[in-house]
Order: sequence, then structure tokens, then C-alpha cells
Amino acid sequence: MEAMRKERIDRGLKVRTEGIYAISGVREILYLLGPRLLLIVGLMALPLVLELAPYWKRVINIMCAYALLAISFDFLANYVGLVCLGGAFFTGVGGYFSAIYNVYFGIPVYLAMPLAAITGAAFCTLCLLPCLPLRGVYFAIVTLMYPLLFTRIIEALNILGGTNGITGLDNLPGSYTEHYVIILMVLASLFGMRRFVNEDIGLVLRGVKDNDQSVRASGISVTRMKIIAVFVASLIGCFAGAYIAHLYMWAGISLFAMDFSIIPIASTVIGGGGTLVGPVIGTFILVPLSEFLRFFGTFRIVIYCAVLVGFIMFKSEGLMIYFQRKYHQFERWVKV
Amino acid sequence: MEILVYGIINSIILSLMSLGFSLVYSIARVPNFAHGALYITTGYMVWLMVNKLQGLPYILAIIFAIGATAIIGALIYRCVLIRIRGMEISEIIATYAIGLAILEGLRWGGLRGMTFSLPPFYPGAVSMFGLLIDYQRLIIVGTGILTFILLYLFTRYTKIGLALRGIAQDERAAMMLGINSDMTAVISLAIGSALAGFAAVLLLPLGNIVVEAGYNVLIFAIAVCVIGGLGSWGGTIVASFIIGFAQILTEALGSSHYQMVVALLAIILTLLIKPSGLFGKQKELEERV
Repeated sequence: MEAMRKERIDRGLKVRTEGIYAISGVREILYLLGPRLLLIVGLMALPLVLELAPYWKRVINIMCAYALLAISFDFLANYVGLVCLGGAFFTGVGGYFSAIYNVYFGIPVYLAMPLAAITGAAFCTLCLLPCLPLRGVYFAIVTLMYPLLFTRIIEALNILGGTNGITGLDNLPGSYTEHYVIILMVLASLFGMRRFVNEDIGLVLRGVKDNDQSVRASGISVTRMKIIAVFVASLIGCFAGAYIAHLYMWAGISLFAMDFSIIPIASTVIGGGGTLVGPVIGTFILVPLSEFLRFFGTFRIVIYCAVLVGFIMFKSEGLMIYFQRKYHQFERWVKV
Repeated sequence: MEILVYGIINSIILSLMSLGFSLVYSIARVPNFAHGALYITTGYMVWLMVNKLQGLPYILAIIFAIGATAIIGALIYRCVLIRIRGMEISEIIATYAIGLAILEGLRWGGLRGMTFSLPPFYPGAVSMFGLLIDYQRLIIVGTGILTFILLYLFTRYTKIGLALRGIAQDERAAMMLGINSDMTAVISLAIGSALAGFAAVLLLPLGNIVVEAGYNVLIFAIAVCVIGGLGSWGGTIVASFIIGFAQILTEALGSSHYQMVVALLAIILTLLIKPSGLFGKQKELEERV
């Protein structure tokens, strides 16, 4: 019995498509565009296909909102090194801002949502500003506290509708608008963020994650970079929150619920951190799964957590990285 | 007077809640987010044994439940955490997921409503300093202080205790002296979980066994540990006195709604002003900021 090992080699096609030869033939172009088109077309066609199953059409909306949160978590955790366990903070702030604009000031919904995203993001950044020097576990703990803190404050002061929340938000006109607003937003932020992290600023952000002292030594303010990153991430998160508030026509303290923190993290772990598209795919698996398991009540959280722990232990790279490897490389057994 | 007495009781309750969390973090460097879940699990196990196994003495049920919780804690490390040691974020997510799974599993399994409660050790109340204090609270104070003393003696004068401290101070040097790092981590998780269980047994007779209490215990434990400086036991006790009195004061001045707000604000403020906590060391400062 000879010792064998597995060898991984890049496919010829992959190597060819890295340079100018990418546009030399149909195969190369398809190889590059295939996965992207699959995602875009698949997502765009989803509401049309699910015309057959009206119940599941509702799930698309919430699934895409979670996908936005997952992108925001993945960006912060894997590109900036700030693990934010309080994704619910973003949804809550975004939702409440949008509700305030829409109900109290009567701003129409299509203006209230972007406005809420921007002001909400500014608000979140301002709140998180003092915590930005913290690292690792400490940042995670503090961000975990924020949604809880705001829930308690709203309960205690009985402001913004108290425990009843703000009701009577306008919803988006027509179910197709509802679907496509969020689907386009997911695609835009997905590809936008991919571009963003590969720009110069993304490089600096990754530098902040890996070695912030060297970033400081290069004369770049680490805190300023983190502020930008948190603003971008909370922009996405707040938009998701505002969208959810308008979807349910209600903004209450359940926008600060743990679900909005847990599911994005779980889907990032499952989908593969650091790929941005992985978390989106993770939500597309987890959210329908959780709808499916609705029958089990809170037991679905147990199933979730079991899946999560399993992935962390046995497949910590996540699905997306696994599939990327299969797509770009082939494996063979060779003698040692 | 009222504030002083209730402040002391509340502080000791808080420090009992957080002692296990603090111990696990200081030795194994694992933030055990399943702490609250272990707390509730013990309470539920005692309840099950007392109510379903007729004839089992209360004290035996308590011992069995604490032992079982210690084993659960050890298993969590041995089966899960050992594989992801050193990856802080994965540790947090994994322990948090385990805790969530236990709590929500219990909720699903029927732990709902106000029907679950443990009997106090010794019913009744006594009049002290012009206040009516039930015996359970007095027992808590007494046992709490006893626990601190025993824990102090354990870590100073027993071989295992010294090994635990060795690992906590300098893992590499301790390993060179033949102390098994994984073994001590297993032991520390077992002790930490047992402490969570012990706290549960002492404190749950004051109220009902509800799932939400598990989350609250976790939050209070984190609050106390962060303020005291993660990994510093003296700091844990001082911080629990600070938060304990702050809570009682806010309750006396305003409404009890603000109890949690005080704890949360205290965490955020401490992290901002003195990130290593009140008694954290310089080394920890580097880790944090």
C-alpha cells in the first residue's frame, strides 16, 4: 500500500480566464459569467417561479432582507475584523427611523426608506463610535448588548409607541415592487460590496483586520477606516430594517429581536465567511428551512444551532468556498 | 438601611451568577456563552428530580443536578470547543449556539409559564434591622461568602487549583511543567458549570424557573465580568458590588425597568473609559484595544 495524497490543481480554463484570454472564446466567457448569471437570473426569476406557491412568495422578501444583513455581517467580520453580534441593532434602528419618517412626518415610503437607511446608519455609527477601538471578543460583547439596551430603553421610557410599537406604516405598492426592491438591493449591495472590498479602501480595511499597527504606521487613521466600514455595513443593515418595517407595516421592539443577529451569523458560517456571496446563499438555505420548520416552534432554533455548531466544527470553511474549490480546481490522487 | 441590606444581597446574587463565567474565562480563555443555559438546565433538572422522582431528598437532587451540569460543561469543551480552540469568534458563536439550543430546547420541551419553581431551603422570614428578610436570602449571603472563601482556598492550596492558576497565568510555562492544558480547561469548564448550577440552586427558589432568566443571567455575568476585568476574580466581586448597589439604587429612585439598562450602560461605559476593566491587567489591555 503506497502512500497517496490528494493534489489540487487549477483547471486550465480558470487559468486562461484570469488574463486577457478571458474573452477569447465562448467557453471562457461562460465559465466566468455562468455562476454570476445563475445567481442574478435565478434571483430575478424567483418571484415569477414562485407564482405557483403564493405562500413561499412572502418568504422571498424576508429571505432577501436577511441576505442583506448577512452581507453586512460578513463584510464587517471578515474584511474589517469587527465581529458584530448585534445585527438586530441595525434592523431596529433602520426600522424605527423609517417608521418615524413615514408615520410622524408623513414622508412617502420610497423616500423614507433610503432616508432611514442613511440617517440610521449615521446613528448606528455614532452609537458604535466609542466601541470601535475594541477588538475581538470585547467588540462582540458590546455589540451584543446594543439591541438589548435599546429594547429596554424603549420599554422603560415608553417612547416610540412603547411595547406596542409604531403602527400604520405605508407598505410598498404591489407585491412585485415589494419583491424587486429588495432583490435588486441584494444584488446591488452584493456586487457593490465585492467591488468595494477590492478597491484601495477595501485593501486598507483588510489591513486593519490583519495588522492595524501597520495601517497606523502608514499614516492612515484606523478609527476613520473603521467608521467608514461601520457606516457602510449599517447602511445595508438599516435598509434591511426599514424594508422589514414597511413589509409588516409595523415597527416594534421585535425589530431588535435576536433572530436578526443570529440568522445572518449562522448563514455566514454555513455559506462561507469572506466570500460575500456565501452568506447570501447561506440565508437562501436557512430562511426557507426555518419557514419549513415553523411547525416545530422554538425547536427550529435548536436545529439551527446544531447545524451551526456542526459547521463550525467540521466544515468551518463553509459551502461557498467548498464549491469554489470544486469549480476552479480538480483533484487527483498522486504518490507521495 | 434598606438599600444597604438589599444592595449586599443583590451584589452577592450577582457575583454568584458571574463567578462561573469569570472562572472559565480566566483559565480556559473561553467566553462561555452557554453559562445562562447551564444555569437554567440545573434548575430544571432539580425540579424534574424533585417532582418526578418521588422520595428523592431535595439535597440529593441538588447534588445530582450540579454533577450532571458539570459533566455537560466538561463535554462541551471535550467535544466541541477543543476543536476550535483559539479561534475566539468561533468559540463565541459555538458556545452561544449551544446555549441557545439548550434554552430554546427547554422552552420547546415544555419549560414555559410560571409553573416551575423550586422550594426554598428553609421557608419563612426573619426580621432584621427593621426589615423582613426571608431565610433563603440569608442562606444565599452565607453560602455565597463561603463559596468565595472555599474557591480562594481551592485555588491557592490544592494541586488542581494551582494547576488551574498556572494555566491561567502562563499557558506555555505551565505546559512545560507538565500541566495538561486541555485537561485543566475541561476541569475549569466543569467547575464553572457546576458554579452556574450551584448559583441556580441557590437563587431559583427566589423566583420561577423561566427561560428568560437564562438570558438575563448571561447578560449579568458578562456585565460583571467585563466591568471587573475579564479573568480577574477580585474584580468580579468588586464589580458585582458596584452593579448590585447601582441596581438597588435605581430601583429605589426610579422603576425596576432600568435594572438591565444600568448593567448594560455600565458595560459600555467601562469599556469606553477603562477597557481592561477595573482590575484588568496591562496585558489584557493590549488584547482589547
